[in-house]
Amino acid sequence: MASETIALGVVDQDRRPISERLHDWVVTVDHKKLGILYILYALLFLVIGGIEATIMRIQLIVPNNHFVSPEVFNRMFTMHGTTMIFFVVMPILFGFGTYLVPLMIGTRDMAFPRLNALSFWLTAFGGLLLYYSFIGGNGLYGAGNAPDVGWFAYAPLTSRAFSRGHSTDFWTLGLLVSGIGTIGTAVNFITTILCMRCPGMTLGKMPLLAWLNLVMAGMVILAVSPLTAAQIMLSIDRYTGGHFFDTQAGGSAVLWMHFFWIFGHPEVYVLVIPAFAFASEIIPVFSRKPIFGYPVMVAATVCIGFVSLSVWAHHMFTVGMSSYANSFFTITTMAVGVPTGIKIFNWIGTMWGGKIQFRAPMLFCIGFLFQFLIAGLTGIMLAASPFNWQLGNSYFVVAHFHYVIVGGILFTLFGAFYYWFPKMSGRMYSETLAKWHFWLFLIGFHLTFDFMHIPGMLGMPRRIYTYEPGRGWDIWNLIVTIGVFFQIAGVVVFVGNLLWSLCKGETAGGDPWDAWTLEWSTTSPPPEYNFATIPVVESRRPLWDIKHPEDPDWKYE
Amino acid sequence: MSSVAFARSSTEPAWVLPSRGRVGMISLIAAESAIFTIFVVAYIFYIGKSLSGPMPKDVLETPVSDTICLLSSSLTIHLAVRALRNAKIAMFGVWWFATMALGAIFLVGTGREWQRLIFDRGLTINTNLFGTTYYSLVGLHAFHVTAGLIGLAIVMIFTLLGKVKPEHSERADVFSLYWHFVDAVWVIVFTVVYVIGR
Amino acid sequence: MKGKDKVPGMTRKLAPLALLIAGFLLVASLCFGAPESRAQIPNIFRPESTPADSIFRLSLLVLAVTGLIFLIVFGLLVYSVVKYRRRGADDGREPPQVYGSNQVELAWTVIPVLIVLVLFLATARVIHSIQDAPEPRGTIRVIAIGHQFWWEFRYPALGVVTANELHVPVSDPSHPSPTFLTLLSADTDHSFWVPRLAGKTDLIPNRVNHTWIDPHETGLYLGQCAQYCGTQHAKMLLRVYVDSQEQFEEWIEKQRMPAATDSGAEEGRRIFESTACVNCHAVSGAVTDGRFGPDLTHLMSRNTIASGAAPNTRENLRTWIRNPDAIKPGSLMPAMQLNDHDLDAVTAYLETLR
Repeated sequence: MASETIALGVVDQDRRPISERLHDWVVTVDHKKLGILYILYALLFLVIGGIEATIMRIQLIVPNNHFVSPEVFNRMFTMHGTTMIFFVVMPILFGFGTYLVPLMIGTRDMAFPRLNALSFWLTAFGGLLLYYSFIGGNGLYGAGNAPDVGWFAYAPLTSRAFSRGHSTDFWTLGLLVSGIGTIGTAVNFITTILCMRCPGMTLGKMPLLAWLNLVMAGMVILAVSPLTAAQIMLSIDRYTGGHFFDTQAGGSAVLWMHFFWIFGHPEVYVLVIPAFAFASEIIPVFSRKPIFGYPVMVAATVCIGFVSLSVWAHHMFTVGMSSYANSFFTITTMAVGVPTGIKIFNWIGTMWGGKIQFRAPMLFCIGFLFQFLIAGLTGIMLAASPFNWQLGNSYFVVAHFHYVIVGGILFTLFGAFYYWFPKMSGRMYSETLAKWHFWLFLIGFHLTFDFMHIPGMLGMPRRIYTYEPGRGWDIWNLIVTIGVFFQIAGVVVFVGNLLWSLCKGETAGGDPWDAWTLEWSTTSPPPEYNFATIPVVESRRPLWDIKHPEDPDWKYE
Repeated sequence: MSSVAFARSSTEPAWVLPSRGRVGMISLIAAESAIFTIFVVAYIFYIGKSLSGPMPKDVLETPVSDTICLLSSSLTIHLAVRALRNAKIAMFGVWWFATMALGAIFLVGTGREWQRLIFDRGLTINTNLFGTTYYSLVGLHAFHVTAGLIGLAIVMIFTLLGKVKPEHSERADVFSLYWHFVDAVWVIVFTVVYVIGR
Repeated sequence: MKGKDKVPGMTRKLAPLALLIAGFLLVASLCFGAPESRAQIPNIFRPESTPADSIFRLSLLVLAVTGLIFLIVFGLLVYSVVKYRRRGADDGREPPQVYGSNQVELAWTVIPVLIVLVLFLATARVIHSIQDAPEPRGTIRVIAIGHQFWWEFRYPALGVVTANELHVPVSDPSHPSPTFLTLLSADTDHSFWVPRLAGKTDLIPNRVNHTWIDPHETGLYLGQCAQYCGTQHAKMLLRVYVDSQEQFEEWIEKQRMPAATDSGAEEGRRIFESTACVNCHAVSGAVTDGRFGPDLTHLMSRNTIASGAAPNTRENLRTWIRNPDAIKPGSLMPAMQLNDHDLDAVTAYLETLR
């Protein structure tokens, strides 16, 4: 076999004028720059969404509080949910995926670079359109402001009769536009992963991050489209007098719920599967072992993808479906917990027998494992339809899904930040600051979201701007709000760490973690063309094969 | 400086992956199918549930000739791509134009049906549930036909300018996937609206 | 790898302690609490009616199973983190590279599937027992209609129309007299949730839903609307008064009577009937037909006004009529712009509606 050593130079410092460099970023079609744009965009909205949450929690710190009016509170929970899902978690996951997938599969860019750019800018514009509602929401009737119909915008609350002015229209159109961008991104991911892998990288030799982004993209294709369809229908109702969800004309409010949740449930798997991908890359490297059960991990993820398309009405257990429908959705929802649990066991199996190093990425992934386990179990509780009749639409559900999204997804995201920051920026972050971030955020997270389960079990519904004293909810709401400030402190330390490290961090080098996938074979940051020569791989861990030529992976796979 | 060694062998079998255009178009078609499915489900769900106003059997006339035109255009576009693959650019142009013409006839037919329904029979999108679901579903399809016609027209212009070559046959084939999809959707819409829903 | 690598000793000791404290607080909260107000806490784990009770029993099974799973998996996680951490005196070699194990994968697939089956079967039984329950002979039928932001309750067989405070008889297991509610909505989605009596069921326009309760103990049970319905969703509160059979019958008798006519309140009644009040509010025996707002015939038999937002006192009543936004901002009752004199008169009139 012929062998070539490729010498890679250090990337030159960019000394062009700032206007040229900014212009570069605006017109770029390079997947790495677009990935970073997605991430920065999402970080900005993370702060905004966090402020919205803080406002709500201050209002709820004591009963009958007057920090904000009910109208403002209702806008806050609507915007907080919509922002966090559509303009924080989705863009940030797409950003990491766009950055990493081409590098990990050994190619130079995504399949459709211009579509990649279009998708980013559509998403960004959708967010700006939604937020414009704060200043531009005064419609024909002088009423309306930011949308206040909840992030799932149930009909008929969203009809012209109950939702005056244009605030709901900003919700609908902002998400419609960014939804088109999202579908574009999904098309790009699928095409890239299926059509641009480097020689030797069969589907069975792809890093799990690539596999999981493939499944995620497939789910986006099937799940975001129903939301797009429903939003078109809502717009037809609101603008042309249509009757899709007009109960006075014989329309059905429950139909909106079905369409929304046919989107909404797979959507949460769209959010969590890339988080699984990060854990599946980080845990092996910091345990110094390959992922335990790669084929099973792939099969379990595909299984989750399919089964999750059949569980949506567990968000509707209280709408009065028949006992047969309720039973059906109970069993499918419990069933989807099986492959999910298998993944948790495989991650633990990866750590088992390893030599675990507690660097920041791994700390966050261990937190993820603990918290995702709990979140999955509270999900099983909610899956039992009668138990859901008590727990549904209460703070128990709010606690459950924040446990998944913050305790699960955000923790792996923090892990991913620290893991790939050296690759993206060329510099190491401060491990001390990262550990402060971890412990502050962990304490804040648990103060807020552990105790949030309790008011739900004591009868506190969600989406209420205040609550009655004497129902036993007061102390728990106080503790929940206190936790928020620890989380804010953690995020401040995090952002400070990133900024400080960008300027003052030590040089990272190409492979600071002694890892095994292709992105670590480039410089940090990688050159625009990614690889001088397209690599050829023979196993799932190409760099392990190079570092351990006496014991390569392809002997065992 | 960092360096990385990769082994490359000249005896490996050729590394062939699916074509990007095809996979991308199929993914897009999957997404569009999901959107159409939701509109079809809404249509079916609301059959017979209108509280008032004209009912389908009172006002709908089966668009047989328009349907024949649209479905034939799938055949003509297939012939066009085949001609291009065999380097017969002129025949390609002829069949491609025929596809456009058939698609345009379909759209005109839809327009005329809507004119009749709105002005003669008083059925609009806000008349009742049937009106809302009918115009939305048929309209969504017509929108996709229009987008396809615009794409067809752009290629037609390039053909007339002499820029289309046999090596573009793969791209024309990928585009024709979209057109076939539009026709397949019409089969379903036709069945649901004019056969089942009546 | 570069950089420092140790878990600070302090934090390793703190973490389990923090978890222990959290766990204790959690358990404590559910067992203890200020005793005198415990009865008012709508705690789903203190059911007083068969549907809530069935759910409670199911929840014990679910909590036991999930608790066991948690202990096992969490135990494995802690064990692996502690036992397989890289020690200080590490030789720098990679550990044995294990790729997987089919037997292990099979085991931890089959066991969860069995657990799911067991949980599902137990759940399906409860679903059917609650949703498909028959109506025994002593059933009281109520129609509940959700409005933005109040509850309308009608007892069609008994000829009673009231609002916001539901009265039902206690149900004796040997002669059951449950209350079956038909749930409708006049505008947007709502949800009827009184945790100690039953799980929640939604009220959805253009749809008929059902729920039932058979309270075993008399008393007052609190709840509120549990589906976001607009600005004042938070104050669409529920009070369910479970009366003894005699008390219930007495209450029904009083509710069926037409409005009291107190000659001292003539002026207030005149103002009430000639101002727009009657467009929304009905008072039986008077010239009113309004159904948009609550029926006021027996307003003074209720302990709260504005769907539980404020106690039913003269001061609150006057404030409410003067400016509803002062008590419930965003409620759909407009401020009637009455001058002080008219305000006093109308309040006095309403106070006669016992």
